[in-house]
Amino acid sequence: MIRVELPAHLRGLAGISGEVQLDIQGPATQRSIVDALEARYPMLRGAIRDHITQKRQPFLRFFACGQDLSHEQPDTPLPDAVVSGAEPLLIIGAIAGG
Amino acid sequence: MSKVRVLVGTRKGAFILTSDGKRQRWDVDGPHFAGWEIYHLKGSPADPNRLYASQSSGWSGQIIQRSNDGGKTWEAVGNKFAYEGVPGTHQWYDGTPHPWEFKRVWHLEPSLTDPETVYAGVEDAGLFLSNDGGQNWHELSGLRGHGSGPHWQPGAGGLCLHTIIQDTSNPERIFIAISAAGAFRTDDAGKTWRPINRGLHSQYIPDPTAEVGHCVHHIAMHRSRPSVLFMQKHWDVMRSDNAGDSWQEVSGNLPTDFGFAIDVHAHEPETIYVVPIKSDSEHFTPEGKLRVFRSRTGGNEWEALSKGLPQANCYVNVLRDAMAVDSLDKCGVYFGTTGGQVYSSSDAGDTWAPIVRDFPGVLSVEVQTLS
Repeated sequence: MIRVELPAHLRGLAGISGEVQLDIQGPATQRSIVDALEARYPMLRGAIRDHITQKRQPFLRFFACGQDLSHEQPDTPLPDAVVSGAEPLLIIGAIAGG
Repeated sequence: MSKVRVLVGTRKGAFILTSDGKRQRWDVDGPHFAGWEIYHLKGSPADPNRLYASQSSGWSGQIIQRSNDGGKTWEAVGNKFAYEGVPGTHQWYDGTPHPWEFKRVWHLEPSLTDPETVYAGVEDAGLFLSNDGGQNWHELSGLRGHGSGPHWQPGAGGLCLHTIIQDTSNPERIFIAISAAGAFRTDDAGKTWRPINRGLHSQYIPDPTAEVGHCVHHIAMHRSRPSVLFMQKHWDVMRSDNAGDSWQEVSGNLPTDFGFAIDVHAHEPETIYVVPIKSDSEHFTPEGKLRVFRSRTGGNEWEALSKGLPQANCYVNVLRDAMAVDSLDKCGVYFGTTGGQVYSSSDAGDTWAPIVRDFPGVLSVEVQTLS
């Protein structure tokens, strides 16, 4: 079970309270997790990564286990602690603007 | 009993203000989409309970919301705005080529006849159409593909398509405006477009009478007379009596002819409203006075309307989509300010009162008159 924490504005958009828990078939990567999030919450399509380029929205970052994973390749496996559910994948809105 | 519903988009959410036909007491509902920028929301003329909203943020891009119950509940619909073909380039501020990139939806214009059909004006400038209630969007690429596209340059707010007007007598004809490319018209439902900027004179571009490059801020039309258009340009208030084929200046005795908003009285096609702003470098009201100016002669002769509006120490702006009229008798006029006030007049502008004073900065105001 993968745990994902979304920023408040995306929890509001998707009507989520608290953490999201996902079952991922195959390797757990940024891409497979966002795929699963978008499948369960279609309103998040385009809000985490661009529809066309598939690039992460530049003011969102991916953190886990005390590391900034934002610049990892989307198919790079996530840390074991995220895969096991011991640690959440944090999707964080940058501190930018008011 | 008639009702009025005012749809307000702000920097931090959407609000819905409702009143009966007297327009004296108001209920305030919101914020919807709290924390998100709401560039525009508008109701369908064919089904007033069908609303569309443009929701965006610097963190998560563009969302389109739709309501089927007049804004009580909302659902996110499609937000994939893909330019048709290879997008190519327009000019950047420094004159270098810059790739066309989608940034946000500035304006949503529901069809006059079909609640499922809605147009979206976007930045970087393009016109999109949905025929399924906003689920799927496709570009009317003849506009961006107009031969002048590579020469379009952004205004200070971006290269935005912000005005979409449907001709009430000819469903094939649509007018749009882009900052800072100018005004365009299609006569074949969006397949082909031509610039309609003859008569505009803009000192700030190399050729002041160029075919494109004018910073048109907004255009308004009275539904009974679709060949007459009124324009607030960067500087200059203009009118056209031939569907944009040519324009003449009608700034007349305005204290300044810079501004953003312009609208037409619901029942008097020659009565128009503007809110003069001091200058392009000082985006606030001149002399610290918030005044709407009304012309009952289609321009040139203007009177200041200030009763009920602050007349000292007021330094706000009224943005291009932040003025609207209702269709009651007497005509109601509404506008919102960058300072978060929404003012209304239930007597065609003679007197004003704030509906709210402390909203986030207002980006757009639309009005629905409900029976």
